[in-house]
Amino acid sequence: MRPFSYQRATDPGMAVQALGGAAAANEPLTKAAAQPLAGGTTLIDLMKLDVMRPTAIVDIGPLAHAWSAIAPGGDGLRLGALAKMSDVAAHAEIQRSYPVIADSLKLAASAQLRNMATLGGNVMQRTRCNYFRDVSYENCNKRNPGSGCAAMDGVNRMHAVLGTSDQCIATYPGDFAQALIALDAMVEITGKAGTRSMPFAQLHKAPGSTPDIETVLQPGELISAFSIQGRWPRSVYLKARDRQSYEFALSSAAIALDVQDGTIRDARVALGGVATVPWRAREAEALLKGQKFDDGLAQRVADAAFAEAKGRRHNSFKIALGKRVVARALQQAVTMEI
Amino acid sequence: MTAAAPAPKTNMGQPVPRYDAAAKVTGKATYASDMPLDNPAHAFLVTSAIAKGRIDRFELDDAKRVRGVIDIVTHENAPKLKESKLFSNGGYAGTTIQPLKSAEITHDGQIIAVVLAESYEAAREAANRVKVSYTAAAPSATFDSPGTTAAAAKGQNSQFKEDPKVGDFAKAFDAAEVKLSVSYETPTQHHNPMELFTTSCAWMGDNLVIYEGSQYVYGLKNGVAEQLGIDADKVRVVNPYVGGGFGSRGSMTPRTAIIAAIARRLNRPIKLVPTRDQGFTIATYRAETRHEIRLGASRDGKLVALRHEGAEVSSRPDAYCVGGTKTTTRLYACPNVDSLVSIVRADRNTPGFMRSPPEVPYLFALESALDELAVKLNMDPVELRRINDATRDPIDGKPYTSRSLMACFDEAAKAFGWSQRSPQPKSMSDGDWLIGYGCAATCYPTQMAPSAARVRLQRDGRTRVEIAGHEIGTGAYTVIAQTAAERLGVSLEKVAVFMGDSDLPPAPVAGGSNSTASTCSAVMMVCDQIRHRLFKALMPSDSLADKAKETVGISPAPSTQAAKGDRRLDIEKAFDALGVGVVEEYGEWKPEGAPLDSFRAMHNGQVRLVGGHQMKDQIAYAFGAEFVEIRVNRFTHEIRCPRLVGAFAAGRIMNPRTARSQLMGGLIWGMSSALLEATEIDERNARYVNDNLADYLVPVNADVPGVEVIMLSEQDDHINPVGAKGLGELANVGTNAAICNAIHHATGQRIRKLPVRLENIEL
Ligand SMILES: Cc1cc2nc3c(=O)[nH]c(=O)nc-3n(C[C@H](O)[C@H](O)[C@H](O)COP(=O)(O)OP(=O)(O)OC[C@H]3O[C@@H](n4cnc5c(N)ncnc54)[C@H](O)[C@@H]3O)c2cc1C
Ligand code: SF4
Repeated sequence: MRPFSYQRATDPGMAVQALGGAAAANEPLTKAAAQPLAGGTTLIDLMKLDVMRPTAIVDIGPLAHAWSAIAPGGDGLRLGALAKMSDVAAHAEIQRSYPVIADSLKLAASAQLRNMATLGGNVMQRTRCNYFRDVSYENCNKRNPGSGCAAMDGVNRMHAVLGTSDQCIATYPGDFAQALIALDAMVEITGKAGTRSMPFAQLHKAPGSTPDIETVLQPGELISAFSIQGRWPRSVYLKARDRQSYEFALSSAAIALDVQDGTIRDARVALGGVATVPWRAREAEALLKGQKFDDGLAQRVADAAFAEAKGRRHNSFKIALGKRVVARALQQAVTMEI
Repeated sequence: MTAAAPAPKTNMGQPVPRYDAAAKVTGKATYASDMPLDNPAHAFLVTSAIAKGRIDRFELDDAKRVRGVIDIVTHENAPKLKESKLFSNGGYAGTTIQPLKSAEITHDGQIIAVVLAESYEAAREAANRVKVSYTAAAPSATFDSPGTTAAAAKGQNSQFKEDPKVGDFAKAFDAAEVKLSVSYETPTQHHNPMELFTTSCAWMGDNLVIYEGSQYVYGLKNGVAEQLGIDADKVRVVNPYVGGGFGSRGSMTPRTAIIAAIARRLNRPIKLVPTRDQGFTIATYRAETRHEIRLGASRDGKLVALRHEGAEVSSRPDAYCVGGTKTTTRLYACPNVDSLVSIVRADRNTPGFMRSPPEVPYLFALESALDELAVKLNMDPVELRRINDATRDPIDGKPYTSRSLMACFDEAAKAFGWSQRSPQPKSMSDGDWLIGYGCAATCYPTQMAPSAARVRLQRDGRTRVEIAGHEIGTGAYTVIAQTAAERLGVSLEKVAVFMGDSDLPPAPVAGGSNSTASTCSAVMMVCDQIRHRLFKALMPSDSLADKAKETVGISPAPSTQAAKGDRRLDIEKAFDALGVGVVEEYGEWKPEGAPLDSFRAMHNGQVRLVGGHQMKDQIAYAFGAEFVEIRVNRFTHEIRCPRLVGAFAAGRIMNPRTARSQLMGGLIWGMSSALLEATEIDERNARYVNDNLADYLVPVNADVPGVEVIMLSEQDDHINPVGAKGLGELANVGTNAAICNAIHHATGQRIRKLPVRLENIEL
């Protein structure tokens, strides 16, 4: 770890000022000298590994009094960015009306991590690509732009098959973001000019030719909340992984359905563990709308979701796996009792 | 009695709580890096980013500017060390690759610089700022990599003397009614003990104290002395507790002597705490292996021919190998046996012991092949083992000292519910899950080594036992205290045990599961010396005292060779007769058949293990049987292991509580080895990739919901005075095969390469 200054932000304005003030123009957020600290379960790790080298840490923990709402209401849900993963997962109304959210959080990480980690930090967590996290490898375009990609022809079992580029195939590792993107969540961003909202689907950026730019956030901008319209009681999060707990997804599916009299009125399909960013499979969703469910349809939907997938040496299995996960999650969502 | 403290059966000690339980759960147990040092410099390692080549240049300016940096030691300015030979060649080292010796790099993560600073943080930051330029050469990573060389183990590894064979394999295999010819593979694995590979050391004049987690304080003391070129009695190694070893701390790693030499030059104590990922390359590992098994049998299941060929990876300079054919050729009755072990040299660090080093990979192959044969024969796999059960070692014809393999199978089968299994693969399921039952035999050689001990008894019964044994989490303090208490007839609370210090009487390496048998035999013998003195004080003549020793116990002694009588000796009266307040005895014990130089070697930190198939007229192994339930998800192909049941027989069980814990940990480890653990190697550059505990997977609680351990009563009077067989490495041997056999039963698919992952399942 390298030396850094530490500051506690007691109000949003102070946080934004401390984070934005130091930023150089056009600097990607991931390289900004000042970084916000929430639960610290990603940030501190990456600092110890010498992957992130901020010189200033702005602790946004004290903003929790304003930013940790868990507020299901008549017309939707609002979640503060500093709400803890464990609190949201355990909330009875979330479990009832948004099981995909509760399960995506409950199936993530470990109990200890969920007690520390926040929703904002969770969606901003960075890839687990081993070559990215080990600075002794020179060639990582995400860490050292233009240096190449060690994973492309290296050990890439955990890597992505969707949304990849010839520059980077790193998986977006989180679970919760799939639930958000499936439910058309909005993300509220607090910056110098106050707050603005945009679709969560626009937050993350596919690697393309700039894998070091992971989100549209600028230095000095913070996520303050997430919001969702309506209720989604018929929703599931299915996660396939190497061990029963405390492990990232090899493949996961967030599914939300609105089924009336056996007909699917609305359908959401999002994929985790297989893509470079939180991934919405809209082509697959289109096949579901207005249809009656059967296993053949589930198969076609799964195929559509992975139509564009490209495997590498060790991760091609994720394509077939991902399809089975989607099909099974759809069956579960259709048959669940609500 | 509770599940954790099973009621003792015949020939078992009491399940007393651990001697060190309270110290451990209250955080009072001090591990090596907890030891206070006076104003230490903090060391941080820089390790190589290439596996083969040369260091051209270090750029150190940026690193040296970090506030608090004292010095950066590289091959250009490092103190010179003397060579130490590999432990198997009469030396102490786990590798002959020495750090900071030259610009040459021979494996990934080799130690290439040591940064010294006033704080850990400064040392680590400076290490991050060290820049190294290399000239890299293309390394050979593993099997099949260009540039590797292969040769028979015999002739290059001095401990691998013979490829066991008997009869005429080729002819018998040719003529066999049923034949099987199959290949298996096991991966690279790392021990990852919780305690990191730390070293603290301090010089006091010419004397050096080293605090380091070690499974062999005498080996380390002598090895470091050899490398520093000083008298071994000037070196003291201290570690009252070791945070797990599993073999990784059995032989000397390259870090210790160089840190001690730097401390001498700096004239200041040093504390080194390497990181988890550095642990993957600065200590040893279990190398990947390959196996070809050929079995020939008659239609009724009798083995007529068995051939086991194994290949193992080692480093360029060192011919390490585990050679498990010594066990797999002797496990079952078979008249025609052949075997061959070879070593493949690659640009890797030297591998080393890891829990049941030979048995884990080699029995995986044999016990999987037997299951395949059972399927071919349409026979219950338990029955196939029964048909081929042996009472004698088929290679040398020696009888087993005791062997409860089939009794273990029967007990475990009953507890598991094996009779509920429908033999057809893919015939059992529950909702989304296909269910498979599988089983395998497990075994581990019974080994002993010379050991010394000192015991002091006071008039009030307070007892002090001193022995340089090792508490690696197994329960060594506890069983030694029990042995002394029983032998001297004092209550357990009065016994204090001192271990983990090379200034105490020598004990062997805590490896090869020999510790309990060796240290307890020594302690028992020395307690008997005390008894003898006490009796003598009360008896008129020597010969009467000798007689009394045989026929009168201080208390009813429970162990096999214990005195038969039950007349109590009055300790206080004996002390008064002797006219002393303290009786203290020192003694050196060696097992039958130990070589002549045993005691000298013991003091020099060199182990002389005897046992297993190397006993003179007999062969000694502990046995067990393991049954597992596997569930494979039809949709995700996830593989889960809800139940593990093992039955084990290992001679006298000193303490059913600590023994159960060892066996349970072994079963869990075995499950982990079969389904989770593998160190991934980037073949392009021979580097480890998943070198951290988030990516090198080990089970969490949710992965092992049901583990049942059954201990059978077994008495063996032929092995050692306490009658105990080592069991620390017994339980993780059979599990790999049991799990693959269960996966076959669940899915109809035979998987011959570990670990098994969901992408290997095709439904
Ligand atoms: C061993 C391990 C296993 C894990 N397994 C899983 C898993 O299975 N599934 C899963 O989803 N996750 C998993 N995680 C990741 C874990 O969920 C994240 O580390 C955690 O959610 C991050 O939250 P935090 O509050 O600790 O974030 P921090 O570490 O504090 O922050 C993470 C990043 O986000 C930035 N940030 C934090 N808050 C904000 C904000 N409000 N606005 C803008 N930027 C912000 C920080 O600057 C930092 O760059 C695992 C982590 C570990 C260590
Ligand atoms: S996949 Fe991306 S993060 Fe990983 S090495 Fe390649 S560029 Fe770096």
